[in-house]
Amino acid sequence: MPQNPAMLAEPGHDGTLVLNMGPQHPSTHGVLRLVLEIDGETVIRLKPEIGYLHTGIEKTCEAKFYQQVVPLTDRIDYLCPMTNNLTYCLAVEKLLGLEIPPKAQWMRVLMNEMTRINSHLVWLGTHAMDLGAMTVFLYCFREREDILRFFEMVSGQRMMTSYFRIGGLALEPPLGFFEKLKKFADRFPGNVDEYEGLLTGNPIFTMRTKGVAKLSAEDAIAMGACGPTLRGSGVDIDLRRDAPYTGYENFKFKVPVSTEGDVFARYVCRVQELRESIGIVQQALAGMPEGPVKADAPKVVLPDREKMKTQMEALIYHFKIITEGFTVPEGEVYQAVESPRGEMGYYIVSDGTAKPYRVHMRGPSYANLQVLGKMCEGALLADVVAAIGSIDVVLGDIDR
Amino acid sequence: MPLAPPITDIEQLKSHPAVARLVGWNAAAVQAVKFDRDELTIWVEKDVLREACAILRDDTNCPFNYLADLTCVDWHPSEPRFEVVYHLLSISKKERVRIKARLDGSSPAIESVTSVWPAANHYEREVFDLFGVRFTGHPNLTRIMMPDDWEGHPLRKDYPVEGYR
Repeated sequence: MPQNPAMLAEPGHDGTLVLNMGPQHPSTHGVLRLVLEIDGETVIRLKPEIGYLHTGIEKTCEAKFYQQVVPLTDRIDYLCPMTNNLTYCLAVEKLLGLEIPPKAQWMRVLMNEMTRINSHLVWLGTHAMDLGAMTVFLYCFREREDILRFFEMVSGQRMMTSYFRIGGLALEPPLGFFEKLKKFADRFPGNVDEYEGLLTGNPIFTMRTKGVAKLSAEDAIAMGACGPTLRGSGVDIDLRRDAPYTGYENFKFKVPVSTEGDVFARYVCRVQELRESIGIVQQALAGMPEGPVKADAPKVVLPDREKMKTQMEALIYHFKIITEGFTVPEGEVYQAVESPRGEMGYYIVSDGTAKPYRVHMRGPSYANLQVLGKMCEGALLADVVAAIGSIDVVLGDIDR
Repeated sequence: MPLAPPITDIEQLKSHPAVARLVGWNAAAVQAVKFDRDELTIWVEKDVLREACAILRDDTNCPFNYLADLTCVDWHPSEPRFEVVYHLLSISKKERVRIKARLDGSSPAIESVTSVWPAANHYEREVFDLFGVRFTGHPNLTRIMMPDDWEGHPLRKDYPVEGYR
């Protein structure tokens, strides 16, 4: 992150103009700064400048007990907190060799898909608004509000949920939760029709997106694009299907792929994903197993409040976990899950103590941001906004 | 499910495409292998790391064409101090492999893999910024997270968590 107002490129090089976009630009979705070299209206080069949100979360993790890292993970990609929780918990559970009860796994799938819908709704609303369609934003945030209420029901928090814990879930879902969620899941496909009715056939929207910011499959793979950005370029990969985790192998869903590689292709992929996700939610609701939501591992999982207050043994375990943490056998794991933005990976190294030796988050936005320069070469200045929206970056995820 | 002990015998792991390819190319380059918790790690001699990566990428049988992640671990105060970690994915075969290279603490440097995967650009800048590992041949090795005039490399283990005040 260079100091303002240092120049990153020589102005007037080849008769071009250097234009600074961000970090406080409304369509950069956070504090992203782009340095654009333009020739008239055409973008010659684009350099992303990041680091404005760098908080050193990876360093902070090394000073915390394993269970204390969970709330930190919410704050990385703040649009999909549960996916972050899930990735971290899966990685630690893999290190521990912990088995998770089926109900906790199904709840994880259910809430993870709700998170995906939540994240895609924010993307759809803001992306459409960047391109001048105000109404979609209001519609999307109406449904997002409902989803945040579901998050609040299970975890007490709307955004920083920390609902998944190492060994299972924080709490049982409350009474009436599944009935309310079923009602939402039944009406949501109609809502997606509404969004699509406003955008898919809309001539202004299609003119701003079709053939814009093209990316070939070869470039996408070489530059490390992931998620809908990669699938929009015709690469058929989805970790939920290809490397199933937390019970995704029990669910049936399609992986939408488009081959055009433009902004519209990525839009189509994500909107189709909304429909697939609500299908997974319906399957999870229909087949939700009974049983505990926490693994049977008293040295790792906090006991229920009631037991802690009535049983001596539970109180001792509670005290030990809170004050000393729990040790994790030596080793290292890389756990990748399919977040709304692509491959989210947690690389955790354990040295056998109660604190992680190294936690590295592989953020999907960080990977996708690199592709932006390639997409925008030779594009028009106004299309840069469409390209940023189409890769769906979250700056918290990039800067960590 | 109790943890199975890790497999470190190279003969037992030769069936994995990445191990087979690297041993077939240059057996001396492979320092060690480990199969632990369903994940394969290969330690590669740092001087030939870039070539090893190119070999793995261009393998016709199982091309590791996608660089999923690149990071570093600081083992201060033991030597060799740094381990640069590459997570590779084969999109067609859905295989993953972790490649590691050990670097000395005195002047850690390794050849950049940006020529193999352009995706490595930002990752290597991040490792340079936060660990102080130099990547030779990188097109633009500058700080990416911290300000340009920042002193020290925050993710090193001898850098205090609360920073220097």
